[in-house]
Amino acid sequence: MAMTIHVDIVSAEGAIHSGTATMVYATAEMGEVGIAPRHTAFISRLRPGDVRVQNEQGEQEHFYVSGGMLEVQPSVVTVLADTAIRAHDLDEAAAIEAKRSAEEALAGHTAEFEYAKAQAELAEAVAQLRTIEKLRKLRGG
Amino acid sequence: MAGAKEIRTKIASIKSTQKITKAMQMVAASKMRKAQDRMSASRPYAEKMLQVISHLANATPEYRHSFMAVERQRKRIGYIVVSSDRGLCGGLNSNLFRRLLAEIKEKRAAGIEPIFCTIGSKALGFFKRFGGDVKAQATQLGDKPHIEDLIGTVKVMLDAFEAGEIDAIYVASNEFVNTMTQRPVIRQLVPIVGGKRDNMPYHWDYIYEPDAHTVLDALLTRYIESLVYQAVVENGACEQSARMVAMKAASDNAGNLIGELQLVYNKARQAAITQELSEIVSGAAAV
Repeated sequence: MAMTIHVDIVSAEGAIHSGTATMVYATAEMGEVGIAPRHTAFISRLRPGDVRVQNEQGEQEHFYVSGGMLEVQPSVVTVLADTAIRAHDLDEAAAIEAKRSAEEALAGHTAEFEYAKAQAELAEAVAQLRTIEKLRKLRGG
Repeated sequence: MAGAKEIRTKIASIKSTQKITKAMQMVAASKMRKAQDRMSASRPYAEKMLQVISHLANATPEYRHSFMAVERQRKRIGYIVVSSDRGLCGGLNSNLFRRLLAEIKEKRAAGIEPIFCTIGSKALGFFKRFGGDVKAQATQLGDKPHIEDLIGTVKVMLDAFEAGEIDAIYVASNEFVNTMTQRPVIRQLVPIVGGKRDNMPYHWDYIYEPDAHTVLDALLTRYIESLVYQAVVENGACEQSARMVAMKAASDNAGNLIGELQLVYNKARQAAITQELSEIVSGAAAV
């Protein structure tokens, strides 16, 4: 039986692939790498591209990743795939957008947190909920 | 028989309300199952990342990233407040805000100022009403939140942390205990907790490409994002289960109301018949 290595491809939104392989190819930061079983421990960022997993029958499965991390240990390969396209500029733009939308949504509001007002209103909401609960119990519902 | 007719229309209107709450209950139940799946699907990624991060931290002790640095004197703290986008989910959001309020009060007493980032329109609405230094927000994530939608909000906080504007970042969200119970929790994000130094049985290290620092930086940002994502997904599962329970209660209440009104209606009808009969009888007697 051919030597195999365990491969996990996971993203933050769920597992993509899990299984054994005889060889794994990926586009690492410094160029394409091929990982065979018993590869030495290795870690790298991934460029957007293909991750190919070759199984015992010699068939290749292709997975597209838009970036992420590749972690290799002698018996396990883990691909931590990004679900979004990442670049410094894009992240920056997303941050600016999040800030701007907050400013827009909160135009004309005070930056000082009105503790007393908030507490009063929340206490009221909780009291309402409790009353409903009590009423239900009284009715035996 | 004016009274009886009024009661009849009332019963009809409550029945149609009940239909709506029942439908909402069923929709929430099916969405809850999917949200729970998403919740468990996101776990392996974060776990794996924490493993790698703690290994990296052990292997390169001379490089300490600021997210992992030792505690610094806390003057300002950032809170990422995760709430639902929609209401009709019982006390889910108000319980969270109450928990947050207690926390803020405690911190204020210690002379620590809070700043906020909100996720979900209920949290935004909350701060809109009561003020508060909101730095960034993300709303309308839908039932299937994506990590892209959170990158910006998280980055605002991380940048503020690196610039020294805040000294710690917490995330406030609901924890999914079971379908009936959701607990508001406030967890520390940065400085990173967990990833304790394990005693490695033998020393080994990765080959880094391009180098350990770059790899660690990229990992840490993603790790924190994935934790926030997890909080959002978990809060989504809480929202659906809380809505399911609330709508079930509403349907039951509507059922009770209908029962009671039916009794009143029957009595009114009976009274009308009795009255008519006695009128006829007394009319016949007078002749």
